[in-house]
Amino acid sequence: MSETTEAKKPAGKKKFELDDRLKAYKGIWVFIEHERGSIHPVSLELLGEGRKLADHLGVELAGVVLGAPGDAVRSFCHEAFFHGADLCYLIEDPLLADYRNEPYTKGLTDLVNKYQPEILLLGATTLGRDLAGSVATTLKTGLTADCTELNVDLDARSLLATRPTFGGSLLCTIQTLNYRPQMATVRPRVMAMPDREVSRTGRILEDKLGMVESSIITKVLEFIPDEMQDKPQLPFADIIVSGGRGMKKPENFQLIWDLAKVLGAEVGATRPVVQSGWVDLERQVGQSGKTVRPKLYIAAGISGAIQHRVGMDASDVIIAVNNDPNAPIFDFAHYGIVGNAMTILPALTDAFRVHLATVRKAG
Amino acid sequence: MHIVVCIKQVPDSAQIRVHPVTNTIMRQGVPAIVNPYDLFALEEALRLKDQYGGRVTVLTMGPPMAEAALRKAISYGADDAVLVTDRVFAGSDTLATSYALASAISQINKDLPVDLVFTGKQTIDGDTAQVGPGVAKRLDMQLLTYVSKVRELDVEKKEIIVERRSEGGVQVLKTSIPSLITVLEGNNEMRFATMTNMFRASRYPVKIWNKETAGIEDVTKTGLKGSPTVVSKVFAPTPRAVKAEIIQCESDDPKELSVTLLAKMFTKYPKLEKEIAKRAA
Repeated sequence: MSETTEAKKPAGKKKFELDDRLKAYKGIWVFIEHERGSIHPVSLELLGEGRKLADHLGVELAGVVLGAPGDAVRSFCHEAFFHGADLCYLIEDPLLADYRNEPYTKGLTDLVNKYQPEILLLGATTLGRDLAGSVATTLKTGLTADCTELNVDLDARSLLATRPTFGGSLLCTIQTLNYRPQMATVRPRVMAMPDREVSRTGRILEDKLGMVESSIITKVLEFIPDEMQDKPQLPFADIIVSGGRGMKKPENFQLIWDLAKVLGAEVGATRPVVQSGWVDLERQVGQSGKTVRPKLYIAAGISGAIQHRVGMDASDVIIAVNNDPNAPIFDFAHYGIVGNAMTILPALTDAFRVHLATVRKAG
Repeated sequence: MHIVVCIKQVPDSAQIRVHPVTNTIMRQGVPAIVNPYDLFALEEALRLKDQYGGRVTVLTMGPPMAEAALRKAISYGADDAVLVTDRVFAGSDTLATSYALASAISQINKDLPVDLVFTGKQTIDGDTAQVGPGVAKRLDMQLLTYVSKVRELDVEKKEIIVERRSEGGVQVLKTSIPSLITVLEGNNEMRFATMTNMFRASRYPVKIWNKETAGIEDVTKTGLKGSPTVVSKVFAPTPRAVKAEIIQCESDDPKELSVTLLAKMFTKYPKLEKEIAKRAA
């Protein structure tokens, strides 16, 4: 899996001219992902971002809905309109009931070839990554994974897709110049959820899949839903207390759990902590873990490497506790305490407990 | 049963540091390792070999030093190893990489037909998860990503049943081989290298293929030329305009610092105070 990005030459400053045959590609598309009867929130977040890009370029924003025939897929089109889409491309077919790579790749690829969008965005979920990689290879176009920022260069009509690189220590902006569509994936919770305006409407353009079941090799035998109750739901948590390598020992992580309990918060961690097995993989925050946007994020013993930062810097308020006054986390936290996390955390837990009890008594 | 496992040599990202002053990557001394996710794929392939017999070939594309990653794989029990290395591959993005790997797998297939291709779910340096799907499409193989378990394999009937992690649950899928599987982490643990295999690894003649021997038909589909994506800018993240307000008190007493922090924060963010009080009640 080579991304020897460092070997690449910059695109340079000379004026870029798009091939004539590619000028026909117009409009921004967002693939509307849904499984088990509801839209994945990342698709709606992408519509919010896609709306901005579309307005910038002066083009339309479209949702792409593939699924089994029924009321559900139509309601997904309307949800897409409520969240900013001008139109939706819809393929209804019983073969699309469950996600399978082959029919979904064909459906999306055919739509792209027929209607020629210039930008195609998908969520960086298990489904989205499976589909995006297949569609991009089939179309022989560029795909940038896990973007943290999207913009457009109006001169080249080019998507500027920014993502972390080098294990997350730097950011890079990637362009797909003479290929269309320009494809990118974005992880859940990286972009803000747009407002839902139920007065918005749009057009639905229907197409056919043109496949028969016997031509599809992979069959779905069964779907075993996850048991939801004990799985941490970090991406949607309002308060998160996270620990990093600065917690020194797995036993010290109990201090993180103690504070989380007082706050009714989820517990998060950095990659090294997860790799050392101190906490579950589901709790990893950062580029290779979950992206979160809580109202309050408390980071203890976390230096603030970009790898972690991109997963949490959209938090409303960030408190950092670290013994190194030069740790990068203090560059983007709102409040900082310089000190030993092992002594600060218990004090902070107590202070919250006392303070919240007072507030509750008063309120 | 012949399984090809695609692996990649990556810098141990846990040990990459950014120079505090120049903001550039300090690459000196960062050890190269086998992409940890690929080890789960290799172990899964070795288990299938234990169960059904056959051969496991490891394949990588990279600079000559990537040979070390292949030797490591041989020491765990892989039978054969192929390194695809050529200057024309430099600067390949995921699309160009999938072309080179697919060509090499077609060459391997000529010697011994390939039943399964395994890869890790993604690398730790690129984190894209795109090359696996790309290789599958180019070889017209069935693609099964994020597979947590191979439930059944029928070599005679050329059928495989797997469990695949999807959003909100596990899909049980049945498909035909040859197929390409990206293996999810955490469901197996790499075995220890045996003495015999370590000796074998040290003497094993890794096959080194250049663009010709790897069967590359169209050089313009490789390297920078074959890569639709261009990196136009690499930069350090901008700090917030305002840095963190460092809480300071007359003493360094943790209690005093904590109380001061809460007072300041909740004065500025009164809504946050209400919400926390409500939920923690």
